[in-house]
Amino acid sequence: MTAAATKSVLTKSTAHSIVEASPRTKAFAGGLVILYAVITILPLLWIVATAFKSQSDAIAYPPKVIFEPTLEGYVNLFTVRTRQTPDFIAKLPPPETWYDKLVRKRDMVIAGPSKVVPRFVNSLIIGFGSTFLAVFLGTLAAYAFSRFRIPLADDLLFFILSTRMMPPVAVAIPIYLMYRQLNLTDTRLGMILLYTAVNVSLAVWLLKGFIDEIPREYEEAALVDGYTRLQALRKVVLPQAVTGIAATAIFCLIFSWNEYAFAVLLTSGEAQTMPPFIPFIIGEGGQDWPAVAAATTLFVVPIVMFTVLLRKHLLRGITFGAVRK
Amino acid sequence: MDTMTTILQPDHATIPGVSKPVKSRAARRVHGLSDRAIAWLFVAPTIALLLAINIFPLIWMIRLSFTNLNLSMSYLPLRFVGLDNFRDILTDEDVWFRLQTTAQFVISSVALQVVIGFGLALLINRQFRGHSFWTTIILLPMMLSPAVVGNFWTLLLQPQIGPFNYLISLLTGVPPSSFSMTGQVSLAPWTIVLVDTWMWAPYVMLICLAGLRSIPDYIYEAAEVDRASAWRQFWSITLPMTVPFLMLAVLFRAIENFKMFDMVNLLTSGGPGSTTELVSISLKRAAFEKWRTGYSSALAIILFVTVFGAANIYVKTLNKVKQR
Repeated sequence: MTAAATKSVLTKSTAHSIVEASPRTKAFAGGLVILYAVITILPLLWIVATAFKSQSDAIAYPPKVIFEPTLEGYVNLFTVRTRQTPDFIAKLPPPETWYDKLVRKRDMVIAGPSKVVPRFVNSLIIGFGSTFLAVFLGTLAAYAFSRFRIPLADDLLFFILSTRMMPPVAVAIPIYLMYRQLNLTDTRLGMILLYTAVNVSLAVWLLKGFIDEIPREYEEAALVDGYTRLQALRKVVLPQAVTGIAATAIFCLIFSWNEYAFAVLLTSGEAQTMPPFIPFIIGEGGQDWPAVAAATTLFVVPIVMFTVLLRKHLLRGITFGAVRK
Repeated sequence: MDTMTTILQPDHATIPGVSKPVKSRAARRVHGLSDRAIAWLFVAPTIALLLAINIFPLIWMIRLSFTNLNLSMSYLPLRFVGLDNFRDILTDEDVWFRLQTTAQFVISSVALQVVIGFGLALLINRQFRGHSFWTTIILLPMMLSPAVVGNFWTLLLQPQIGPFNYLISLLTGVPPSSFSMTGQVSLAPWTIVLVDTWMWAPYVMLICLAGLRSIPDYIYEAAEVDRASAWRQFWSITLPMTVPFLMLAVLFRAIENFKMFDMVNLLTSGGPGSTTELVSISLKRAAFEKWRTGYSSALAIILFVTVFGAANIYVKTLNKVKQR
C-alpha cells in the first residue's frame, strides 16, 4: 500500500469510524432506541393513569385513554368502606372532608382506615433494618477480604455469593420450620434477619470492589502516623468509601422492598410487606384496579428515584461488582 | 513523615530502609488488635449469620428429605424413608414435565433477551443525543418488584378491558376478546416470556453496553486501515470481544429464571391448568399447599444442586470478565 493510499484510508476512517458514527446512523439508532423506550414505559404510564380512574373507567371497553381524573383510587386504597342505602346516606350529617364526599357519591361511607399504612410501615422497617445490618456486616467483611490475607478467601467469597443464588422457595421450606420453632414466623425481626442474610452477600461483593479501589497507601500513611487499624478504617477508608456504601445500601433496600417469595410464604399479617399485599386489594367484585394501581404507583415511585440516583453504579450492582464501567 | 517516625520509634529511625515496616507493625500491636484478629472479627459475623440462616436450615432440610414428614398430617409418626422421596421425584412424569416447562421458559426468555438486549446495546453505543436519558427509561422495568410487575400485567392483559389486547386488535383486526394472553394454553407460555423479557432485556443491554465500551478504539481503527467491512468488523471484533460479558448476562439470567417464582406466580399462578407451572411454583405447591415437607425438601435439594453447579460456572465467568 502506498503512502498516499494509507493516508486516504486514515482520513476515511476518522470520518466513518465505528466509534464516531455518522449523523444519519446516529439518528437511526436514536429513533429505534426511543421507540423501544416509549413502548417499554407505556405499561407503567398505564398503571399511573389507572390510579386516577374511577372504577368504571378502569374496566371500560374500549380501554379509556382520556378520562376524567379522580382521586377515588387513592381514597379506596387508604380506607375501608361499607355500602349503604341512599336513604341512610341522606340522613347523615353533611360530609366533613373531600374524601367523605367522594365516597358518598358511590353510596358508601368510610368505615375506617385500610391495612395499607401498616403494610407500608412494615416494608420500611424491614427494608431499612435489613439494609442497615447487611451494609454494616458487609462493610466489615469486605474490608477484611480486601485488606487482609484470609485463608481460603476465594472459597469463602464463593460460599457467600452462592447463598444468594438459592431458589427462595426452596430456602423458605426449612426457614419456615425453623422460624416456627423460634417463634419468628410472621415477625419483623424474622424478616429482617432473613433479608439481611440474603443482602449481606451482595453487600460483601459490592463493597469489596469499592474498597479495593481505594489505594492502600492512604491507610498505610495513617498507620505510620500512629492510627490503629480501626481508626484508619473509620477516619480514612470509610469516608472514601461513602459513595460505594450508599450505592450498596440502595441496592439492598431495593431488594428488600421488592422481595415477594419469602414475604408471601413466611408472613400472613403482622409482618406482611407491600408486595404480597398489593395483589389482594379487593373491592366489590374482584380486584379494585384503581386502588391497586394507586398502591403500585406509590410503591414504585421511590424505586424510580433510586434508579436515577444509582444510574452510575447500576452495572456494578446487578453483576455483584464484576463489571464496573 | 520523617519527624513522625522519629517520635514513634527513635531507636530504629536511624536505620534507613529497615525502619518502616518494623515501626508500623510495632505501632499496630501497641495500639490495638492484631490484623489477624481484626480480619477474623470482621468476617465472623457475616459467616455466622449465613451459617444460621442458610447453612443450618439447609442441613436440616437434607435430613428432612429422607423422611415422610407431612405438615398437614403431623400426627403420622416421622419415618425415615431413605431415598424414596428422590426416587419418587425422579420417576414422576409430572416433575419432568415441570422441568421441561421451566427449561422452555429459561431458553426462550434468555434468547429473546439476548437478541433485544444486545441489539439495544449496539444502538445505544452509537452515542446519539440524549442516549443517557433514554437508557435510564429503558432500565426502569428491571428495578421493579417482579411480583408487582406480574400483578399489574394481569390488568394490561385482560382480554376485554386490557389495553394490550385492544392494541393487538387495532393492529391486526382480531377481536380483543377472542384471545386471552394469560388464560389460553397456547399463549400463556409466551406471555410469561414476554413479560420477563420486558423486564430483563435491559439487564442484558446494560452488561453488553459495558462489553462494547471495553473494546479499545484502536482495534477498530486498525480494522479500518485493513479495509474490513462493517459486517466483518462486527463478526471479528465486536462480537468476540463482547462474548464474555454476554456469557455473564446469560448465566445470571438463566439462574434467575430457573428459580422464577414471583412474577409468574402473580401473572398466571402456573395456569391455565399447569401450562406455566415452573418448577418453583410446583415446589411451592408441594411444600406450602400440600405440606409434603419431606418430598418437597428432596425436590428443593435437587434444585439446589442444579443452581449450585450453575453458580460455580457463573463465578468462573465472572472472574474471567474481571481480568479484562
